[in-house]
Amino acid sequence: MATVDVEGVRKSYAGREVLSEMDLRMADGELICLLGPSGCGKTTLLRIIAGFVRPDAGRVVVGGADVTRLSASARRVGMVFQSYSLFPNMTALDNVRFGPRVAGLGKPEQIQRARELLDLVGLSAHEAKYPHQLSGGQQQRVALARALAVRPQVLLLDEPLSALDAKVRAQLREEIRRIQRDTGVTTVLVTHDQEEALSIADRVAVMNGGRLLQVASPATIYRAPSHGFVARFIGSGAVFSGVAEGGQVRVEHLSLAARAAAEHAHGTPVQIFIRPEKVRLQAMGGAVPDGAVSGEVCETIFLGALTRVRLSVHGTQTPLNIWADLASEHAEAFQPGSHVVAQWDPDAPRVMAGGDTAD
Amino acid sequence: MSDTDRLGAGGWAILILTGLFFAVPLVMTAAFSFWEGGSRYGLEAYHVLLASPKLFEAMALSIELALATVAALVLLLVPAMIFMNLHAPKLRPVFEFIATLPFVVPAIALVAGLSALITGPDWLIGTPFYLVIPYFFLALPYAYRSIDVGIRSIDLPTLTEAAQSLGAGMGQTILWIVLPSLRSAMVGSALLTLAVVFGEFTFANVLLFHTYAVFINEIGQHQVTAAAALSVASFLLTWGAMLGVLVVGRGRATPIGAR
Repeated sequence: MATVDVEGVRKSYAGREVLSEMDLRMADGELICLLGPSGCGKTTLLRIIAGFVRPDAGRVVVGGADVTRLSASARRVGMVFQSYSLFPNMTALDNVRFGPRVAGLGKPEQIQRARELLDLVGLSAHEAKYPHQLSGGQQQRVALARALAVRPQVLLLDEPLSALDAKVRAQLREEIRRIQRDTGVTTVLVTHDQEEALSIADRVAVMNGGRLLQVASPATIYRAPSHGFVARFIGSGAVFSGVAEGGQVRVEHLSLAARAAAEHAHGTPVQIFIRPEKVRLQAMGGAVPDGAVSGEVCETIFLGALTRVRLSVHGTQTPLNIWADLASEHAEAFQPGSHVVAQWDPDAPRVMAGGDTAD
Repeated sequence: MSDTDRLGAGGWAILILTGLFFAVPLVMTAAFSFWEGGSRYGLEAYHVLLASPKLFEAMALSIELALATVAALVLLLVPAMIFMNLHAPKLRPVFEFIATLPFVVPAIALVAGLSALITGPDWLIGTPFYLVIPYFFLALPYAYRSIDVGIRSIDLPTLTEAAQSLGAGMGQTILWIVLPSLRSAMVGSALLTLAVVFGEFTFANVLLFHTYAVFINEIGQHQVTAAAALSVASFLLTWGAMLGVLVVGRGRATPIGAR
């Protein structure tokens, strides 16, 4: 187990920068998720830590030792790949004991360690099976056991669940978290699935365009995004550009209640971000309260216990949409075409500096 | 409804005609090999062949050449293709082009080029093993295709990276993972090479080497039934090789753990 420090790492391919001045520190035993859209550089960063890609600049330090120039085979970094990567000519047991075998351990010790790890991932009964005789979830479990068999300093998981169906993915996600806690190995998980990242990570590192935008606990990432992209990428919600005016944000002629706007100088460009679960709706009846907005329900999306309602805000030149999550039994009153008032606790919106929502 | 039910009378007719197209010449050749003149049939032609030491010499030479060609392909082509897939995938069109060339250039042109251009050590030039060079290129399209299919089926880059992340060097990765995973592809390419070498006539005849195909031609000049018998034997040999390919291919598809 070890700390992992990525310091000033940069990488370009054919003149296109895919990682720009990346700095990331991981604590011993931490599970950190690299989260971002396709092409954001998260897999490149993982492969740099693994030793498969050499950075143009910067260094990777594992357990205090600079491993930037070491080959992948010399780094003691276990890796689970997105595609099923079990050796097709070997049984599950032989796959798991491959690492100890390469390391020169005696055969009884190799087998003992492999059996312990197959037991850890719940596949003791399948040790004699070949990869093609295992399901996708079982193959990834064996791959996890195989990666742990070398007692790695760092465990790297490159979208290991993306090829699995939803139910197996949820089960294996919990299993990865349990095994990571049991073994205490510092783990980096790459994913583009925010639910996956938020549910198992100690910290989430949100990336976009080769940059690290925010590294924080899942709760902080969700509740207090520090960047417009993070706010839009994680969960759902409405982000508007406006200017800070005391405890409100002015968007065109509307004044939206947001106590956090007071932290910004009067008149400065800001972005206001409101989660749908913070928005309350009521049928239009008389004047619109200060800080609230009126609008027309455009669509409703049934999500089971909740129904998500999208309303188009009245009286703005730029179309503004606000989302509200309602208990489904209360949502029937808000059918498309009905006119409503949306309001929220002034403490609920997040207000971020900068007025451009496009980034 | 099963596929055979859907075939219909027209489909069956086409299949039967196609089968007859292939089977009739073979059956007639086999029947002719048993003809001993008049209305007599027997195994005389086969006895003549078995009594001829030249047959076994020619067969032994062809087997040696086939094995040497297979060895050359395994030692040169397999590592080159592994390297190309791992480190230089952009070279794939070049490999494809080279592997197609033997289909484009007539064998007689290859012989002429080979005779004019190749010089080398005495242990190679002037001995039958000189033929391994053209045989390598003749078998290349078949061997390349077979190995290429094998490599594409195993996600070579990911397996290699997985092995490296577990501490394996390139040698261990190739010996313990890549080559065993390509076993059926390599056996397939070896059997196809065997069939190509056994059937090759032009190079051996022009360069005056007495291989199995040349022997068939020679014996056909004066003992036509013996030539027919050899042709039947050649068919059986080639079919045996093809059956080997099929069995090896099927072995890969069946659960390995069940063995």
